[in-house]
Amino acid sequence: MFLFVVRRLFFAVVLLLAVSVFTYLLFALLPTDPAALSCGIHCKPETVLANRIRLGYDKPILEQYWHFLRGIFVGRDYGFGQTAFSCPAPSLGYSFNQHACVTALIGETFPVTAFLAIGAFVLWMIIGIGVGAIAALNKGKWQDRFATGFAAVGVSLPTFYIGLLVLFSVVIWFQILPFPSYESPLDNFSAFITAMILPWLVLAVLSAASYTRLTRNGMLEAMNEDFVRLGVAKGLRLRVILSRYVMRQALIPIVTIAGLDFAGLLGGAIITESVFSLPGMGRMSIRAVVDSDLPVLVGTTMVAAVFIVLANVIVDITYGFLDPRVRVS
Amino acid sequence: MSNTAAPVLSVQNLRVSFDTQDGTVRAVDDISFDVYAGETICIVGESGSGKSVMAGSIMRLNNSSTATTEGKILVNGIDVLTASEEEVRGIRGSEVAMIFQDPMSALNPYFTIGKQIAEAYVVHHPGASKREVHDVVLAMMIKVGIPSPEKRIDEYPHQFSGGMRQRIVIAIALVNNPKILIADEPTTALDVTVQAQILDLMMSLQKEFGMTIILITHDLGVVAEVAQDVIVMYAGHIVEQSHVDALFHSPTHPYSWGLLGSVASYGANKRGDLYTISGSPPSLISLPAGCAFHPRCVHSKGSGNACMTVQPKLRDVGTDGSRSACHLTDDVLISIGRGSDRS
Amino acid sequence: MSSDVALQAVDLVKHFPTGSKGLLGRPDKSVRAVDGVSFTLRKGKTLGIVGESGCGKSTLARVVTRLIEPTSGNILLDGVDITKTSGKDLRNMRRQMQMIFQDPVSSLNPRHSVGQIIAMPLRVQGLLDEEHSNERVKELMKLVGLNPEHFNRYPHEFSGGQRQRIGIARSLALNPTVIVADEPVSALDVSVQAQILNLLERLQSDLGLSMIFIAHDLSVVRHIADDVAVMYLGKIVEIGPAEEVYASPAHPYTKALLSAVPIHDPSERGGPGRIRLQGDVPSPIDPPSGCRFRTRCWKATDLCGAVEPPLQAEASGRVVACHFPEETPVSIGKSPE
Repeated sequence: MFLFVVRRLFFAVVLLLAVSVFTYLLFALLPTDPAALSCGIHCKPETVLANRIRLGYDKPILEQYWHFLRGIFVGRDYGFGQTAFSCPAPSLGYSFNQHACVTALIGETFPVTAFLAIGAFVLWMIIGIGVGAIAALNKGKWQDRFATGFAAVGVSLPTFYIGLLVLFSVVIWFQILPFPSYESPLDNFSAFITAMILPWLVLAVLSAASYTRLTRNGMLEAMNEDFVRLGVAKGLRLRVILSRYVMRQALIPIVTIAGLDFAGLLGGAIITESVFSLPGMGRMSIRAVVDSDLPVLVGTTMVAAVFIVLANVIVDITYGFLDPRVRVS
Repeated sequence: MSNTAAPVLSVQNLRVSFDTQDGTVRAVDDISFDVYAGETICIVGESGSGKSVMAGSIMRLNNSSTATTEGKILVNGIDVLTASEEEVRGIRGSEVAMIFQDPMSALNPYFTIGKQIAEAYVVHHPGASKREVHDVVLAMMIKVGIPSPEKRIDEYPHQFSGGMRQRIVIAIALVNNPKILIADEPTTALDVTVQAQILDLMMSLQKEFGMTIILITHDLGVVAEVAQDVIVMYAGHIVEQSHVDALFHSPTHPYSWGLLGSVASYGANKRGDLYTISGSPPSLISLPAGCAFHPRCVHSKGSGNACMTVQPKLRDVGTDGSRSACHLTDDVLISIGRGSDRS
Repeated sequence: MSSDVALQAVDLVKHFPTGSKGLLGRPDKSVRAVDGVSFTLRKGKTLGIVGESGCGKSTLARVVTRLIEPTSGNILLDGVDITKTSGKDLRNMRRQMQMIFQDPVSSLNPRHSVGQIIAMPLRVQGLLDEEHSNERVKELMKLVGLNPEHFNRYPHEFSGGQRQRIGIARSLALNPTVIVADEPVSALDVSVQAQILNLLERLQSDLGLSMIFIAHDLSVVRHIADDVAVMYLGKIVEIGPAEEVYASPAHPYTKALLSAVPIHDPSERGGPGRIRLQGDVPSPIDPPSGCRFRTRCWKATDLCGAVEPPLQAEASGRVVACHFPEETPVSIGKSPE
């Protein structure tokens, strides 16, 4: 098991390096000139050149990458003399559009994304697994048909559509809630909740749909297993059989997908953040795309990659804990 | 079967049917039999004969949402089919225990085998101390012949071979000293040398614990090894019920003749055609009218139309306690049954 | 090689790499599924191969038919080594040797009609046009006892026994000389098993087929085989004429295996001298040194752990791999009924 974890971590690091190389090279190959973009339309050629040197874009691409990589660990200094400034480690670059270190920008926007992700995740796991379990236990009855319908509708409805619909109905037509305007929970908790409740619900309900389906099918499959029959034949209570036998089996594939979904969300819930104007990492990424703000894009891509690779490792290790056949061989 | 004591299990007019998309599957159709303390009764039949569904009903294990069950199954005077969930749970694992066909899938892969044996004990002994449970589990593992039980008690099912897993399933079944052990094809998934070990083990544990064994199998060799009484099932019906010696030496139903004929000549070291029953078992959704076996029976033409129209009742034939559900006369059944060439 | 040999296997080996250790997770062990197996299949005869699960008999079937490549060793079909053939020669070889599979459900494509299934080998080999292949299919269906009118039906419309007949018809489509049948009746009900066994025997004598019949059921093999080879952990421990092997097994494993077969009559219960093997078959990844059966053998000595007994002919003419074979009568007496 120990060796397994070490090997998984080693491959995770290799994978992250590969991701960084590819993102960096891909963005470097784009026809846009970051130095030209850094000072607006009416930029003199001298300024562009100066900026290029200051930002290090005059160097060969491999050297640029090396500075980028180094910056993550030791921080990075830009320019000389009076115009010099630095981004402390871990530096993911400097955005000239926003005149700020990318790390600092991510530091501002990430908590919003994280709050959104955590809240929605908790809600959708409860709704998804709950509804799925109710459906499995009432197979063929109205509860099951309702859950199956919910799953089908939820999976096929796009977030931006439902998001806007909810926003219009709740906020504009019925005026149950004020227009969401994000506040940090540390500053104003009730405003935070008011702003987050709709995005949480929309994200949770739509994501829960596929978990409902997974839970229902996983449980029905597990209930047909011989070992569940043996559990019943032992005289165990239904509650014990469900938790120790059925759910244990049904949850394993759910853990995998939940881990990856959650990690994906931490990389930025682009659509939800945009619809509900939440100042999170997803909305920042979209703005960076529009503005060709390459350093920010490289930074957010790297952060998202870290979460997804990490989630993969954690899921694999969790697997070992959940399934002794993986752990003890 | 000339037992005066009350039966430990009494199955009365049991019918089980399943609703499927294609129609109603009549898996078990009006069967009745009694089982007495300490005996070994084998229920033999091919796939689709209803033997496993019947076994499942005894512990009410069949899926209640698709299965319709009628009749009575009396265990300890309680009708399992109408008892409350609480009452049935008290019977499961304590009065009646079960062994399944495939030991590879019968154990919960997520818990140690020690925990799984303990769980079966604790549910019927809620006050037991940890120490007591541990001792019971170890003793049980030793009884079923698991080497170095102190070490293996903390291992998971996948670390055991098929034969060892079946021993663990037996340990789980016997940990509460049940009155009845239902073994549903307990050795079908095992190799012959392991099958021999498991059958020996079951027989020696029966001597020690004194439980009744209901063994369900398709293998007449297993029947010859262990049975006292035999019930032969075909398409959801009991076609013959006999003492094992009577079944092998003077079977009283054409289906039994065919079944024995299909395998008996394996034993002889000669080549040559095996006796076969032509065709294949009928669909349980649309059973033939009359005797379900008549389309495959070489004797059905001899007795007029009764075979095609009237379902034969199980009745006593001869003097050795055999019962048969066939329209042929007793004399014919006995004389053909005793003859060497039953075809 | 004499002309009455249909197929000969010489020192066949098949190892499957397995396990993983180290940072890069390369396989560092191998499952020695077939580990040096030699046998001869006589023309027009049936060689039964018996053994318990994990003994390598099914792998052997796949190696012999070259569905998988052997790790080493040779297979001589009609005197020609087929282990190195490829392309057209391999296609020709496949015409001569066909396989019957265990599971009549999964070995038939559910979306093809029976006619298409049976004609498939003909098409693959480019042998017949549409019209003639229909004739041939009907002929084959009649041969295996299926109603030729049903050639347009699909596999799910047939019972298990009939599906196995379809599989047999397909294997006969190319007029093979050798049939390799891997557990052909073990998925079937007893009454249907007997039908299929009778069919195979009839086809063999009518068509002059040579057959390798692999099964775990010793009774079935006894019924159908002329010669029988007993396998244990990837090796043949005993091989000889079926009647002799069954009547007086020379290898302790054969003896134990036969003695574990359930009796055929309750009056034989508690008969003398039944051997009960202890424990399970060891792992084929790390088989015991010397004789592989020694860990479960009641006769084993230090010699058995040190020296692997070669497969060699006894005085009685039996070929057995054991340092201390059971006494076998030199002349074959009448077998017990």
